[in-house]
Amino acid sequence: MTLLKLDSVTAHYGHLQALQELSLSLREGEILSVIGANGAGKSTLLSIVSGELHPRQGHVYFNDADITKLAPHERVRCGIALVPEGRHLFGNLTVEDNLLCGMASKRRGDWDLTAVYDLFPFVKARRKHRAGVLSGGEQQAVAIGRALMTNPSLLLLDEVSLGLAPVIIKDLYVALRRIAAEGTTLLLVEQNITEALSVADYAICLLEGSIVLEGVPTSLSQEAISDAYFGHSKMVGSSSKAESEL
Amino acid sequence: MIWTNAVVQGLLLGGLYAIFACGLSLMFGVMRLVNLAHGDLGVLGAYFSIILVEHLGGNPLWTFAAVIPVAAFVGYFLQRFLLDHALNGGELSPILVTFGISIIIENLLQQTFGANDQSLNIGSLSYQSWKITSDIYVGRLNVIIFVAAVLVIVGLQFFLSKSRTGLALRATADNRRAASLSGINPKRTRAVATAIALATVAVGGLFLAMRTSFSPTSGTSDLLFAFEAVIIGGLGNLWGTLIGGLVLGVAQTIGSQINPADGILIGDLVFLAVLAFRPQGLIASRNLANR
Amino acid sequence: MTSLVNVSKSAIVTRGSRGSRVAFGIGAAVAFLLFFAPTIFGNSVTNNLTQFFILLIMAIGWNLAAGYGGMVSIGHQAFIGFASYAVLDLSIHGILAWYCVPLAIILAGLVSIPVSFLAFRLRGGYFAIGTWVIAQVFQLVIAQQSNLGGGAGASLNDLNNFNPITRDNITYWFALGLTLVALGVTGLLLRSKVGMALVAVRDEEFSAAATGVNVVRTKRLVFVLSAAICGGAGSLLILSNLEVQPDSSFSIQYSAFMIFMVLVGGIGSFEGPIIGAIIFFALQQSLASYGAWYLVILGAFAIAVTLWLPRGIWGAIDPHHRRSIVPLRYRLRASKDDLSISDRAID
Repeated sequence: MTLLKLDSVTAHYGHLQALQELSLSLREGEILSVIGANGAGKSTLLSIVSGELHPRQGHVYFNDADITKLAPHERVRCGIALVPEGRHLFGNLTVEDNLLCGMASKRRGDWDLTAVYDLFPFVKARRKHRAGVLSGGEQQAVAIGRALMTNPSLLLLDEVSLGLAPVIIKDLYVALRRIAAEGTTLLLVEQNITEALSVADYAICLLEGSIVLEGVPTSLSQEAISDAYFGHSKMVGSSSKAESEL
Repeated sequence: MIWTNAVVQGLLLGGLYAIFACGLSLMFGVMRLVNLAHGDLGVLGAYFSIILVEHLGGNPLWTFAAVIPVAAFVGYFLQRFLLDHALNGGELSPILVTFGISIIIENLLQQTFGANDQSLNIGSLSYQSWKITSDIYVGRLNVIIFVAAVLVIVGLQFFLSKSRTGLALRATADNRRAASLSGINPKRTRAVATAIALATVAVGGLFLAMRTSFSPTSGTSDLLFAFEAVIIGGLGNLWGTLIGGLVLGVAQTIGSQINPADGILIGDLVFLAVLAFRPQGLIASRNLANR
Repeated sequence: MTSLVNVSKSAIVTRGSRGSRVAFGIGAAVAFLLFFAPTIFGNSVTNNLTQFFILLIMAIGWNLAAGYGGMVSIGHQAFIGFASYAVLDLSIHGILAWYCVPLAIILAGLVSIPVSFLAFRLRGGYFAIGTWVIAQVFQLVIAQQSNLGGGAGASLNDLNNFNPITRDNITYWFALGLTLVALGVTGLLLRSKVGMALVAVRDEEFSAAATGVNVVRTKRLVFVLSAAICGGAGSLLILSNLEVQPDSSFSIQYSAFMIFMVLVGGIGSFEGPIIGAIIFFALQQSLASYGAWYLVILGAFAIAVTLWLPRGIWGAIDPHHRRSIVPLRYRLRASKDDLSISDRAID
């Protein structure tokens, strides 16, 4: 069944239009990866889903309910959790306190402290330390863990691999696969195209706020992805259109 | 021996300052809001107590039970309906709005009760004392206030570290965005912070009214003392606020011992000295509130 | 998507506009006429005008620090009181009161320098309270000076030999003169490089620092100037009241007045303090009989303006700074046939 649906969403930052009548739908249990260059609108998309940004036009549906007007914390209660770019941990709180914050969602489910420590054993060892002193990879794990503690149906991940060593990224993606296997739907935004496409059931590529390429990852050629990412096809398309008008 | 006595009296006074200071510190920690009406709201509690005693009689000590919940209630709604809007308006806005509230409260009180000093008469408790040594007597009320101060600070600390709401307050103080994304209701959290702040400052106001006299403009000095205590102690740490209160109390009392008119001034100078030479405060804490 | 504007060679970059030049002309004419006020009007009108100018000067000073410098101080009464007492002290030492005025202003500016070093350790709301504490220190220290009257206050006796009407008129001309100086200094400052730096700092402090603006020095300069201007108000206060007293000379009410005037008039604009002072003065006159109620109304007004009209009245009249008497923005003007859009400021 469709878990998340965006219907013709237009989003702005001030005068700048970041999303252009974007529509997409995500089925329960799916893993969707969103790729695109900087400024393409990936983070904006996540902000629209998480509730930090409200669309100027269009609607957001979750479990067939219109959540467009809900605030971020209300969406967490519905079952949407965002792991924000840059982690945004509570640096002065302990790791365990960070995780416990996720319980504010009051949602019941499989994810509790034990389950999170099981997923990320190295975090358990550091659970009484201040979150601010952890390494980047450890912090990312805590951030994901905190989101899991809200027992989301939909987990949003914004650039989890940013600034991390390849080995750590691999471990994180193993964990993400485990999370998906437990039944959580994932929506990933990633700069690391390889990992993003290898874990996804479906992928979309954004450019200037619109979807320029989408499909099952195995069906997308390197060339098509590269064209879509950098916008070559758009430019080629427009000039050929101009030619056909002459 | 007079100096030891001054220090003892100063410590007792400092407890009262700590009660005033912890609410200011909490509000700033959770939402970066400096409530310039903080002291006036405490004085408002004292005047409320006067009204209660006037109509219902008895020793003002019972009014704690009425004033504290009312103060918390007022704080909750003040935040939701006024201060939240002030926070949306930019940096200058909360300062100007709370200053406006301060002016309104002080002048309304003056119109209603007159500018004269008042006091809460708690009977014999106000002059009873215990003898520590032949030179040092401590007023029973002052000791009670000190004990109350320690209880308030310990209680608040306990609440913050152990309870679900306390965790929400600490998380919001640390990273507002992340708190919201974890499912913590930002409006409710802020309102709770203000409710607690007003409840504590009401306690402070009542104790002050019992200990000495007060008038519509007392709120100003209470605010300044609370602020000095916070800065001397160091931002972001309730224990720091307690220490700051104690240091300020001792500085003022020793100052008064040197020259009766100099008490407040010496306290101010100690504050300025900390500001000049150790601006992070005596108990520097690694906390975002230190920005 | 619109194509880039095609600007011909006849385009010019100017600073003023017809509107601003007209406004300046009107202002200059009014100032000129005001010079003759004592000869035209009676003594009570002149004295009222003096009180008005004192308020206006305070508003200009505070606006400089808070509106342009971003420093919301509730301790500027320190400099008002300090200057009043400076005039008293200098006159006790034999200098004729009139000559004390410029000296007091300079002293107020000088004393604000160490104050700034302390106050700048704090930011935002804590900066505000910090300045309040410092003002209290000023008050307490002055109250200890028995040669200046101690806690009871003192009178300025230096001018007792003057005919009261003459004395009031001279005070008036000082007030008018200082107002014009304050306006002039503010205007020139804003149009100078420092002014540009100020706008940059106000908009985005971090980036301003990154482009080489010495943020702290710029802010300090503004703070000192605002203190000196408030010192001007303080000197005028003692000249017109002929007495000082720690509680009233350093009263927090001055801060309340300054905040109200600048907020209502339009914080961070040149015209704001003028409008605010006019409104406040009118309010003060009409509500004088209501005692403390007028302060309650003031407070409520200040809150309402902060929440719903944050840029004040001038901000509502001229949100894009097109009619400013002191034009700050650079404008690109070209003849109408070159552009499909008419004369517009490029902010």
